[in-house]
Amino acid sequence: MADNRDIDHHSGVETTGHEWDGLKELNNPLPRWWVLVFWATIIWSVAYWVVYPSWPMLPGADRSADYVKGIWGVSERAQAMAGVAADKAAQSKFTDQIAKMSLKEINASPELLKFSAVAGRMAFLNNCAGCHGSGAQGGPGYANLNDDNWLWGGTLDEIQQTILYGIRNGADQARGGGSTAGMPERASVLKPDQINDVAEYVLSLSKKSADAAASARGKALFSGDGGCTACHGDDGKGNKDLGSANLTTGIFQWGGAKADIVKTIAEGRAGVMPAWAGKLEPTAVKELAVYIHSLGGGK
Amino acid sequence: MREQYDETPLSSQAVPGATRVDERAIYHDPKHPFYIPRPPIHPKLVRGKFRNIKWAVMFVMLAVYYVLPWIRLDRGPGIPDQAFLLDFAHQRLYLFGLEIWAQEFYYVTGMLVLSGLGLFAVTALAGRVWCGYACPQTVWTDIMIVAERIWQGDRNARLRLLKAPWWSFNKAWRLAGTHLTWMLIALSTGGWFVFYFQDAPTLASELLHNTASKYAYIALFICAGFTYVFGGLMREQVCTYMCPWPRIQGAMIDGDTLLITYRNYRGEPRGPHKKGESWEGRGDCVDCDQCVAACPAGIDIRHGAQLECIQCGLCIDACDEIMDKVGRPRKLVAYDSYNNLVAQSQGERVPYRFIRPRTILYTGVFLLVCAVILFGLAHKTVLEVNVVPDRNPLFVQVSGGGIRNGYIVRILNKKLAVHKFEISVAGLKQPGLSYVGIEGGEPPVEVKSDDVRAVKVFVTIPAEEAAKTPASADIVFTVRDTVDGTEVKRNTTFKGPGQ
Repeated sequence: MADNRDIDHHSGVETTGHEWDGLKELNNPLPRWWVLVFWATIIWSVAYWVVYPSWPMLPGADRSADYVKGIWGVSERAQAMAGVAADKAAQSKFTDQIAKMSLKEINASPELLKFSAVAGRMAFLNNCAGCHGSGAQGGPGYANLNDDNWLWGGTLDEIQQTILYGIRNGADQARGGGSTAGMPERASVLKPDQINDVAEYVLSLSKKSADAAASARGKALFSGDGGCTACHGDDGKGNKDLGSANLTTGIFQWGGAKADIVKTIAEGRAGVMPAWAGKLEPTAVKELAVYIHSLGGGK
Repeated sequence: MREQYDETPLSSQAVPGATRVDERAIYHDPKHPFYIPRPPIHPKLVRGKFRNIKWAVMFVMLAVYYVLPWIRLDRGPGIPDQAFLLDFAHQRLYLFGLEIWAQEFYYVTGMLVLSGLGLFAVTALAGRVWCGYACPQTVWTDIMIVAERIWQGDRNARLRLLKAPWWSFNKAWRLAGTHLTWMLIALSTGGWFVFYFQDAPTLASELLHNTASKYAYIALFICAGFTYVFGGLMREQVCTYMCPWPRIQGAMIDGDTLLITYRNYRGEPRGPHKKGESWEGRGDCVDCDQCVAACPAGIDIRHGAQLECIQCGLCIDACDEIMDKVGRPRKLVAYDSYNNLVAQSQGERVPYRFIRPRTILYTGVFLLVCAVILFGLAHKTVLEVNVVPDRNPLFVQVSGGGIRNGYIVRILNKKLAVHKFEISVAGLKQPGLSYVGIEGGEPPVEVKSDDVRAVKVFVTIPAEEAAKTPASADIVFTVRDTVDGTEVKRNTTFKGPGQ
C-alpha cells in the first residue's frame, strides 16, 4: 500500500490525502510529548481504577458492599469523620474546661469567653437563628436576645435553664412548669372599649403618649376586672417566674403599637420554645448561654 | 535539517594571529530553520575591562547573597536577632532597623516599586546594565559556565566534546563532573535561600543534623532545582523567552541611551585582512566572529540592538583584543547612543545627554516614591486600632427607650512590653460604655506585646438623647495607651431610629 501514499514534494511529508481547493493537509506526526502524555493518562486511569473506589455494584443487604472499594480502601466519609474527631481533640483544651467550670467562671475568663462566643455563635446559627434571627434580634413572638428585657430572666444560669428545657412545651422542667398556658384572652372578660382603655394604660406604663382619661379608666380595669395584676403585678413590671412581660420597659415582644397591644389583650399570647437538652451537648448549651449573655443584655 | 545548519566552510585566518572561528550566531541567523532544538551556546572566555567588571560585580552579588542572612542585630529579648529575616511564622519582615508586619506589606510593595523605577532610570541611561551584570540569572549562568569550563575546557573544547559520540568515556566523565558541580552550586544556592526565612545558625545546624522541618527541605530543593535548570540548562532562554523585561525595556530606551553598539560606519565593509594590506576603502571589521563566539546570548551584535542582547559587554572585550592585534583603534564595538552613531557616520559627534526629560521623569518619580515611603515609615505607629460596628442588628432598643450600639475594638500592640489601654467615645451626650471580654469587666485593656486583642464595646445612650440623635451620628473612638500616652482615634457611626 506504500505506493498510495501521497508525498508533498515541497516538504517531503506525507499528506492525509484530503484536498481543499488545491490545498493539502500534511500528515505530520503528533508531537512525541503529546503521545507520551496520552499513554500516561491511560495508564494512570487503570491505576486509579485499581486503587480507588470505582465500580458501583447492585445494591444488597450490606450497603457497604455496594461498590468496589479499591485496594487502598479510600473513603472520603471516613476522612471527613477523622477530621471532625481531630478538630474536637484540638478544641478539647477549651471544651474540657467548659464542661467542668460554672458559667460564671467561664464568663470571667477572657480566653474561654472568646472561645465560647465563637462556638456558641456557630451553635446559635445552626439551631436558634431560625426563630431568633441570625443577629439574635428576634421578631414578633420571638424574643430579641440583644436587649436587656428578659421574660424568664437574663442571668447566665437562667439563660442556660431556658435553653435546656425550653418554654411552655409541656415538660415539667420547662419554663411554665408543665403548663402550656400563656397569657389568657381577655375579650370574654372586657368589652372592646375597656380593652382600649387598658391598652392606653399599658402605653402610659411604657412612657408612650396615651390618652389620660382612658389611661385612668384602664388603670382601674388593670387591677380590677381585667385581672392583669395577677401576673403583671401592681406596677406592671411582670414576673419572670411566670414569664409575664414587664410592661414598663417599652419593649414588647408581640409589637408595641397600640393595635398590637389591643390584639394581645383581646386574644392572649403564649410564646413557646423547644427544649435543647438532649439535642445539644451540655458544653454546647453552656457555650450558647455565654454567647447569648455576651450579646449585650445579659444580667 | 540539522545538517543544513551545520554545513559551514571551516575556518581560515581572519587576520594573522586571530583565528577566524566562523561560528554563526544562534539567534537571528537567516539560515536558522524553525522548529529545531536550540543548539547549545558555548561562549568563549574573553579577557578585558568588562569581563573584569563582571567578575567584580559577581563577587559582590554572591557576597551579599551569602553573607546577608548571617548578619546579626540585637533587637532585644524574644525577638529574632537576624538583620534580614522574612519570618513567615510570625508574619513579619525584619529589615535591619525596620520591622514590617504582614498588614504593612505596602512598604515592601513600595520597595519593589522603587526597584522597578530604579531599573527604568538605569535603563534609560545605559540600557540593560542590570541584565548584563547584576541579575541573578546572569550571575548564576556565569558561575555555571565557569564550572563547565573547568570540567570541559573553553569553547572549542566544549564544541568538540559536543560532537563526540555518547559512548565516549571522555565525554561521559566530563559531563558528569559538570552536572555534579552544577548540582552542588544549586544546592548551596537553594540551601542558602532558606536562611532568609528562619534563624540562619539554628537552621544551618538543623540542616546539618537532618532535623529541619520538611518545609525547609522542600524550599531548599525547589530553589536548588530552579538554580540548576535556569542557570545550568536554560541560561539565556530564561532571558529571551521567560523574562518580561526585554519586552518592556524598549519603552525606556531612546536615541540617547547608551547601548552596546557595533559602529558599522567604521566596520563596514567587513572582510578578512591580509598582513600588509591597505585599510583604505574597507572597514575595520575583519569578520573574525570573535564577538559572536564570546556572546552568552548567542547573537551577533553587528546586527544592531536585539531583544536577546543582555548588554554584558563581553563582545566589546572580544573585539578590542582583535583591534589591538590588527593595529586598529579600539571601540569598534562600544557603549554608544544611537544618535551619536548616526552623527558619527556623517563625521559629526553628539555629546551624551545625561539629563533628558525621560531621566528627569524616572528620577523624579523615584524620589517621590522614596519620599512617600520615608513619610510612611516616619509616621509608622506601634499602636494600631480598628473599630468595627455591629451590623446585625444595627442598634438595639433597651428598657426605658435607650439605644445601644455594639462595636468590636481591635487593639494591636506592636511594642515590646505589655501595655494597658483606655477606651473613650466622643460625639455623643451621656454615652454609657460597657465591655465584654475584659478581665474585671472594665478598661484598661491589657494587650500583650506583639499581640492583637479584640474587645466588644457597647455604647448606650438614654431615651431622651436617642430622641435627639440622628439615624446615623458620627462618633470618635479614642484608644489611649496608659503607659506612654499615645492616642489613636478612629471615626465610626452610631446608628439609631432617628429623631
